[in-house]
Amino acid sequence: MENILSILVFFPAVAGLLGFVIDKDSAKAYGVTVAAIEFILSLWLWFSFDTSNAGMQFVEMIPLIPDMGISYYVGVDGISLFIIILATLMTMIGMASMGETKNMKNMIITLLFLEMTMIGVFVALDAIIFYLFWELSLVPMLYIVGAWGGPLRVYASIKFFLYTFTGSLIMLVGMLFVAYIYHSLTGVWSFAITDWYALVLPENYQLWLFAAFFIGFAIKVPMFPFHTWLPYAHGQAPTIGSVILAAVLLKMGTYGFVRFTLPMFPDASVAAITPIAVLSLIMVIYTAMVAYAQKDIKQVIAYSSVSHMGIIMLGLFAMNSEGISGSVFQMLAHGIVSGALFMLVGMIYERRGTKLLSEFGGLTAVMPKFAIIFGIMLMASVGLPLTISFVGEFLVLLGFYKVSPMITILAGTSIILGAVYMLRVMKMAFFGPLDNEKNKNLKDLNGRETWSLIPLVAIVIWLGVYPKPVLAPIDNSVNALLGFMEEKAITQEAKDIIIVAKSSKEAN
Amino acid sequence: MLEPINVSLESLNLITLAPMLIAISGALIILILDLINNKLHKSLYVMLTLLVLFVDFGAVLGLNVNERGFFDVMLIDGVSIISQLMIIGGSMIFIPLALTSKRFHEFSYPEFFALFLFMIAGFQFMVATDNLILIFVGLETASLALYTLIALHNRANSYEAAVKYFTMGALAAGFFAMGSAVVYALTGSIELYKVAEVMATRVNETGLMIAIFGSSVLLLVAFAFKISLFPFHTWVPDVYEGASAPLAGYMSVVPKIAAFVVSIRIFGMYIDLGVEWVRIVILVMAVLTMTLANIMALVQNDVKRMLAYSSISHAGFIMAALALDTTEGNTAIFMYYALFMFTNLGAFAMLWISRNKKRRFDDRYDHPYEKFAGLIGIMPMGAVIMALFMLSLAGVPPFSVFWGKIYVMQAAVNAGYIWLAIVMGLNSAIAAYYYLKLVVYMFLKDPVKDVEVVYYNISRPLMVIIGLATVATVAAIFYVQPLVSYLYYMISASGY
Repeated sequence: MENILSILVFFPAVAGLLGFVIDKDSAKAYGVTVAAIEFILSLWLWFSFDTSNAGMQFVEMIPLIPDMGISYYVGVDGISLFIIILATLMTMIGMASMGETKNMKNMIITLLFLEMTMIGVFVALDAIIFYLFWELSLVPMLYIVGAWGGPLRVYASIKFFLYTFTGSLIMLVGMLFVAYIYHSLTGVWSFAITDWYALVLPENYQLWLFAAFFIGFAIKVPMFPFHTWLPYAHGQAPTIGSVILAAVLLKMGTYGFVRFTLPMFPDASVAAITPIAVLSLIMVIYTAMVAYAQKDIKQVIAYSSVSHMGIIMLGLFAMNSEGISGSVFQMLAHGIVSGALFMLVGMIYERRGTKLLSEFGGLTAVMPKFAIIFGIMLMASVGLPLTISFVGEFLVLLGFYKVSPMITILAGTSIILGAVYMLRVMKMAFFGPLDNEKNKNLKDLNGRETWSLIPLVAIVIWLGVYPKPVLAPIDNSVNALLGFMEEKAITQEAKDIIIVAKSSKEAN
Repeated sequence: MLEPINVSLESLNLITLAPMLIAISGALIILILDLINNKLHKSLYVMLTLLVLFVDFGAVLGLNVNERGFFDVMLIDGVSIISQLMIIGGSMIFIPLALTSKRFHEFSYPEFFALFLFMIAGFQFMVATDNLILIFVGLETASLALYTLIALHNRANSYEAAVKYFTMGALAAGFFAMGSAVVYALTGSIELYKVAEVMATRVNETGLMIAIFGSSVLLLVAFAFKISLFPFHTWVPDVYEGASAPLAGYMSVVPKIAAFVVSIRIFGMYIDLGVEWVRIVILVMAVLTMTLANIMALVQNDVKRMLAYSSISHAGFIMAALALDTTEGNTAIFMYYALFMFTNLGAFAMLWISRNKKRRFDDRYDHPYEKFAGLIGIMPMGAVIMALFMLSLAGVPPFSVFWGKIYVMQAAVNAGYIWLAIVMGLNSAIAAYYYLKLVVYMFLKDPVKDVEVVYYNISRPLMVIIGLATVATVAAIFYVQPLVSYLYYMISASGY
């Protein structure tokens, strides 16, 4: 199956279209089955993936609009492979864990279309196709937040849509300009990213283009100060919406940095290390403080999500293989951990109809299973050793230490801050006396909920103890990327900062 | 004694007149049929008009590129062929919208269809010549017919619309006549190709620049009225609101294509002559048009008025492409309209099928947003299709207008106007808000009244047209390539 990527992209879309015919009561079973098949297909992709090959694999190219240089061009490398698996996994588990939802059929169909757009973003190797899926992913999310969200849902969903849409239009102008340069140099129109990699751009062009792409990606990440849409979106979104948003959609932004910004504008990226590091640092520390002040559990996790995205950004701009691999790994870790946390919050919200911390206390006594899983995920979120986040955060800090020890130490404190706000949640919700009458009759997790969380717990611990099967292919592709960046950089300064590991084994 | 003039029939190249003559004779046939039997049903006239347009379309396709005819007045170049094809194509989508299930009496008059065909002939003359007088005649023929078509909708505000449009149109005609007079005074000719030659020799004479620029400003005002550029756009929302929904959709596409073709010929000439001020004025107007119309559209309470402002903003987009004066820029104009046509006519057709004779939701408006609240629960299919049109208009890929937008923006970038591309991008973002507003009403709100049907006016032919528009909107990615290569070829063949 050389065309497995196309199957991965279009299978959920076709399933979504057919879903219109499915009976209302069977919709959820249909959705979970389709998502499971998609997940198995993505696992198949992993097994047939050649881990020793750092380049693009399963490449397909069909010219769509040759006069404008647009083609359907997809491929996968070590960096995108695991994000794709993350997307299919979280869609499947998110769907399976969904409780009673009104209009379940619409929800399932929307989620399947959303899955198509997510996979599409991560496999696209043509800038316009990338942009196409990127924009299209806003529509189902708009609907999920707007139709199933809280009281402010319409405001939150429109804010989310407009923010991202505006940013990406600036990015589109950047893409058009790159295509124009490519055309004026070669006489051929092309939007293929692999063609664009070959362009060596003068530094001032790089800076402008960096800025254009930065706006598009930074809003999605979301970087401070563009993060204001996220707490609204999370606060209002239904559980499944928050899970997908935190686990996968935010990764589109950081993935964009790896796929476009770093390899295409190496000199500008090196020049931007300090500003980005400062922004990331503000993001890490400031949002951690904001998270501490929240009264609502979901908002705590939403802000902690922003804080962790700061760590990922920091790693990307470390310009060495530890930093970038760590940050790609951290994307996966953050996806699984924050996804699981949002699911857990959703489960308690379903039972109690509130997410306020002050309403809870001593839940361990009535909901032991829930408390254990929540505890594990909290620990994973603060980066406890032997959990998945530790690997990512450690590598990121190790990588960035080579660039700036000072910033690294400051960012390291974020782990402590993270521990503070997360432990506060733990203390207020699970320990102490069980003094709220309403909490005394809460039921513990049922089978559906437990079994949708256990795989995530297993992954958190498995990859925390033994990250190599995932880290090795990532590292491989990251090294290829770095080697390529160093070769392409024009200024000596950039060449000095970009560090290419001699062999991928050293990094492990 | 005057010499007798010998004109051979071959040198007249009468075939260049054939498409217009087909439309005119079609109109006459309809009038004669009505004379013979005045009890014929509107469906007959609709189908006859469609067939006449079909023959007309074929006749245009059969023309050779770059020919002149009829004392060199007719100019059949690539631009005139593609614009005629688009005018006829747009009309062919429009005319079946007359077959509604509710009876709107303008369509039961055969005169409506005769006038419609006369109007198309007028537009065809307008685009198939570079003679300022014939342009004027074509423009006025078409406009007078169009005013009448609006008034035929026969409600108080449609009279208002027709009169308003007529007054504005008359003013624009005056400006056009004055501009042409100045051009004639400067060059002694009204044939644009001769005008260009003479002007090129005179453009450096001292003191003449003001007159040349003045002539361009007069002509620009005339066409700014027709294309609805700021600050000459104020008639648009009222006129669209007064006209029936499909006619409003039609007015936002077809007459503008004709006006754009003439603008390419006239203002392209000025820019080629090096009158840089023309380019600057057009750019400023285009940017103001798209921005201000977008901001106005944000605060509308009526979907039709919102779409009217949105179509002004789209016109601003396209006008900016005209100012680039590159082959790509000119291709972008047609490309954009070809893609915009389906989506916009589709959106107006969706309003049309939701039209009720009584205003049930609002005393002032026919199509307030509240009317569409909760449509997803009432008519899911209708809501999804309308949402597709809205997303397409907002420029969400992969729907049709996105490809037009990206082509215009690419043309701007290629011509070195990166700031223009950014302004276009930001404007698309503003526009997304008001298109989303309708989507939000349809999908995320609850119905305001107990309504069972919103589409009072649906019928099978209308469903076919809307289906066609939907397919063209969704599947645009598959036909953009042949469209672009054809348009680009035709436009570069005619030297623009």
